[in-house]
Amino acid sequence: MLGNIKSVLLNLAKKPVTRMYPDVKRNYFENTRGHLINDMEKCVLCGICQRVCPSNCIKVNRDEARWEYNPFECVLCGVCVERCVKKSLKLDSAYRQPASSKYRVELLMESREEGKAAGKVKSLA
Amino acid sequence: MSKTGIIPFGPQHPVLPEPIHLKLVVEDERVMEVYPAIGFVHRGLEMLAAKKDINQMIYVVERICGICSMMHGMTYCQALEELMGLDIPPRAKFLRVIWAELHRIHSHLLWLGLFADSFGFENLFMQSWKIRERIMDMLERTAGNRVIISVNIIGGVRRDMDDSTLRWILQEISGVEKDLSGLKDMVLNNYTVKKRTVGKGVLSKDEALRLGAVGPVARGSGIARDLRATGYAAYGELDFEPVVEKEGDCFSRSVVRIREIYQSIDLIRQAVSKMPSGEISVKVKGNPPVGEVISVVEQSRGEVFYYIKTSGTQYLERLRVRTPTFANIPALLKMLPGCELADVPVLILTIDPCISCTER
Repeated sequence: MLGNIKSVLLNLAKKPVTRMYPDVKRNYFENTRGHLINDMEKCVLCGICQRVCPSNCIKVNRDEARWEYNPFECVLCGVCVERCVKKSLKLDSAYRQPASSKYRVELLMESREEGKAAGKVKSLA
Repeated sequence: MSKTGIIPFGPQHPVLPEPIHLKLVVEDERVMEVYPAIGFVHRGLEMLAAKKDINQMIYVVERICGICSMMHGMTYCQALEELMGLDIPPRAKFLRVIWAELHRIHSHLLWLGLFADSFGFENLFMQSWKIRERIMDMLERTAGNRVIISVNIIGGVRRDMDDSTLRWILQEISGVEKDLSGLKDMVLNNYTVKKRTVGKGVLSKDEALRLGAVGPVARGSGIARDLRATGYAAYGELDFEPVVEKEGDCFSRSVVRIREIYQSIDLIRQAVSKMPSGEISVKVKGNPPVGEVISVVEQSRGEVFYYIKTSGTQYLERLRVRTPTFANIPALLKMLPGCELADVPVLILTIDPCISCTER
């Protein structure tokens, strides 16, 4: 019992262990698999990411030059990033932000000519 | 005159993190008989083996159970490595040991919190989860995720740890050990905890053997069976003895788990000090040959068993998983009759049930 009282007194003197979120945010570790991003300037739509993905969340449409990705089905294993030949896929360390509705990420390749990759977000509904 | 009745326990119950249904036949306040029912979270993961190729299956088997996900992936990869005759690099074996032992520590701390919660000791619940958070940080920094770390591939591991990370792990693990020394007394020398656990749910050594109990449940009943002693991964090169307690009650099972946390800390220190240098994976070419293989690993809850049958293609013909909780349910049904109704949650938590494991 004395051990418990000691623990209670020690905890009274200590600062709280929890953070005052959202004012104080936790820093991400460098290697954290947070969310997937694709740099369409490098992507050649080879389709390896679609083949290796365990959760089938990536669709590569070569006819329409489109790379589609469902962030809500992605399990963030990072296999696509390891196998990407052009190193266009990358895992960012920040966690994916919560959303009020589900969406797909669709990136078009044609925007390459304009010199800048444009991301288009379409609702699933 | 005593009254008999049937009380349904679960599938939804405040102490149960996952759904299991037990029909308790009670006489006044005493449990006389127990009838179990499972099948509330069946996901058919074994059937997915026919649809996902062998490399994609690693990420499926890791999701059989969140808490011992790394060890599921390790068992699966070890099975296919044996079948394909791959000799994985020594550094990969040591890295697997470090991650597996970190998983064991965080699983036991999670269990300790839930167990304390089952008899209303909220303070201990929060204290043990506070310590667990340090382990989660270690997993996230080394592997990239908190729980499902996905580090195993057929032929080795995916991530390496550099010297500064290994030093940081040793530093953090010493901090965990220091935190734990305060917590240990709260469990082992506490009047309230002893009142709720000592002499409750006794499982004798003979019964544990007969019912095929595994893991801390078997070791708490005096059976010195720990699969790590068979020397898979790098365990053959590390020095340890299985933790055994003789009483077979709830208290001795708790003592086994707490002593195992210290054992894991020691194993991590040994693995870091003996860490060899070199490659972390070997290249795998082609599909596995036709054949069948059995792989067993000591998870935090006990022995997990994988049976794999291959057809020579990139898909498996059959995958069969027997998880530790499935093996421990008969032991639980033996412990429950004769106990007080109020002790039922404590006894269920004492086998560390993982129902999503059991049903796959």
